[in-house]
Amino acid sequence: MIQDRYSLAFRLYPYARSADQDATDPVRHPVVIMGGGPVGVALALDLGLQGIPVVVLDDHEGIGQGSRAICFSKRTLEICDRYGAAGPMLDKGIAWTLGKVFHDDRKVFEFNLLPEDGHRFPAFINLQQPWFEKFLIDRVRQAQAEGAPIALRGRNRVDAVAPRDDHVLLDITTPEGPYRIAADWLIGCDGASSPLRGMLGLGFVGEVFKDSFLIADIRMKADFPTERWFWFEPWFKSGASTLLHRQPDDIWRVDFQIGWDVDRAEELKEDNIRRRLDAMLGDGVGYDIVWSSIYTFQCRRMERFRHGRVLFAGDAAHQVSPFGARGANSGLQDVDNLGWKLGMVIRGRAPEALLDSYHEERAHGADENILHSTRATDFITPKTPISHVFRNAVLDLAERHAFARPLVNSGRLSVPCSYDGLSLTGVDGLGGPDRTRPGSPCPDAPLGDGFLLPRLGGDFVILAIDAEAPETMTQDGVTARRLAVSAAQDPSGALAARYLGAAPGAVYLIRPDQHVVARWAQYDETALRAALRRACAKE
Amino acid sequence: MADLITDPNLPDPDGFYAELIRSFEAQGDDAAIRAFSARLILLLANHVGDRAVLSRALAEAARNPAHARG
Ligand SMILES: Cc1cc2nc3c(=O)[nH]c(=O)nc-3n(C[C@H](O)[C@H](O)[C@H](O)COP(=O)(O)OP(=O)(O)OC[C@H]3O[C@@H](n4cnc5c(N)ncnc54)[C@H](O)[C@@H]3O)c2cc1C
Repeated sequence: MIQDRYSLAFRLYPYARSADQDATDPVRHPVVIMGGGPVGVALALDLGLQGIPVVVLDDHEGIGQGSRAICFSKRTLEICDRYGAAGPMLDKGIAWTLGKVFHDDRKVFEFNLLPEDGHRFPAFINLQQPWFEKFLIDRVRQAQAEGAPIALRGRNRVDAVAPRDDHVLLDITTPEGPYRIAADWLIGCDGASSPLRGMLGLGFVGEVFKDSFLIADIRMKADFPTERWFWFEPWFKSGASTLLHRQPDDIWRVDFQIGWDVDRAEELKEDNIRRRLDAMLGDGVGYDIVWSSIYTFQCRRMERFRHGRVLFAGDAAHQVSPFGARGANSGLQDVDNLGWKLGMVIRGRAPEALLDSYHEERAHGADENILHSTRATDFITPKTPISHVFRNAVLDLAERHAFARPLVNSGRLSVPCSYDGLSLTGVDGLGGPDRTRPGSPCPDAPLGDGFLLPRLGGDFVILAIDAEAPETMTQDGVTARRLAVSAAQDPSGALAARYLGAAPGAVYLIRPDQHVVARWAQYDETALRAALRRACAKE
Repeated sequence: MADLITDPNLPDPDGFYAELIRSFEAQGDDAAIRAFSARLILLLANHVGDRAVLSRALAEAARNPAHARG
């Protein structure tokens, strides 16, 4: 029998018998995704929308209760927009840009996340993870109705795998007994404690942080503004640090740092949670506790994200502390990176080596995330007396002096990394703005009465800004289409500032995941063809 | 004469902070840490080389917001 390991917020894919269970030989599928969390479902959407048949296996029948992630980044929204799923997220989510940092009973300073206009999406929205996941699955249902070959199989637990040269065999348990399928490619999106890693005997090492955090999501009618409030050593003494952050539906996330040696059962008693909350909120504030849990965390990643026909994405591949909102957000960037590469390899348009670049690029991203999240954690929970002294000195100075504020680290919020200097990235023949140098994710900009990123879509694009370029270019079966624009289409000047700098025009080659491959001052056929080959791992 | 710079002036603040803490944590006991601090302050003071700026920095460091309000 299959037991639920957690209770469900939404039961969206109840068990249903599939024809595979009645087949005599294991039915073979191009892609099987193990795990229907946010990362697995987003990857299914990416591939399904490309027309690649994909099967998602999850051991539950829907989305787990309890909001783990609440902060979803601009880049995540841009990726989800490409899948046609961002609208409802934006509608329900709460946009915020202002963060305030307190020490004891004093406000140290405040910061604005995105003091820059000209982006379709806000820097961050707050949305409960179950809703984020539900909107992805709603989109899957819609895509299925339009013919996207996606299958979601609930109560299908993967119990064993056998990798072969060009496929993987999977043993699956269901309420009606076991069956077996084969996958040309198996993607492990089965979360931080990934059973798949265990089945393949793969390690997952890193740093354990000796602290625990008590989360309470509470429903209250309060007139705190929609801002992120972070206290170091708060006067109300409910934790060594405390975070207050708003979610939709009058729900607030409160996160108390409570120390390493705690009696979990005791701390999770409602009376004890209320004691902490009351000290913080003051007497007479009414609230309901919607969800609570205690978490500890590690910062770690797999040594390699690709093992032959098995690839790992999301928490299964890497884990960070929640400070900085880099978990689900970086998982979505994995999907963004893997989707087009897997699609091209399956269609025979690129060699398998392209999938090695998935490891190269996303392990680089994971390292960057782990570094930021480790530094934030070290600042929030100083491990030695001297680091505590420095931490508080920074906070003291930051009240009066701007120089100390960039040193205050309550989580550097997730931004996508650049693939500058990595194998697929080409030349900078423009020497334009730094933020759009080859390898960078394309920043959004106003364009006509819309925005640039939706016009890039999910193909290879030759972005010609006030420059000549042919309508399409095909190199070894891969086609790049031209998007011709003019800086004059953005009277605010953001497009020119972000993509041209001092140059009168530019030609960019942009990947399906909207990262810059290479750029030039004008169209150069030979250089463009070489860059397109390079971006497909053919050089 | 230069004024004490109190606007952000450090490239890679997070990287610097991590290195600073690592260096201190490598010192061992309190006495070693105090001696290390003293050497570091003297090195940096010589590098700054401006008496007025150093006096301003000493005065700023003497302020303590936590005590100011009791
Ligand atoms: C307190 C907290 C706060 C967080 N805040 C943020 C935030 O603000 N922003 C952010 O971006 N991230 C945040 N995160 C991280 C975020 O929750 C995770 O990164 C995200 O859920 C990872 O998604 P995933 O799809 O990789 O894995 P999961 O969500 O863990 O999904 C894995 C899926 O695999 C299934 N599965 C497991 N084993 C099997 C099996 N044998 N067979 C079939 N299916 C299986 C599971 O049931 C599950 O559905 C936070 C995490 C915590 C704990």
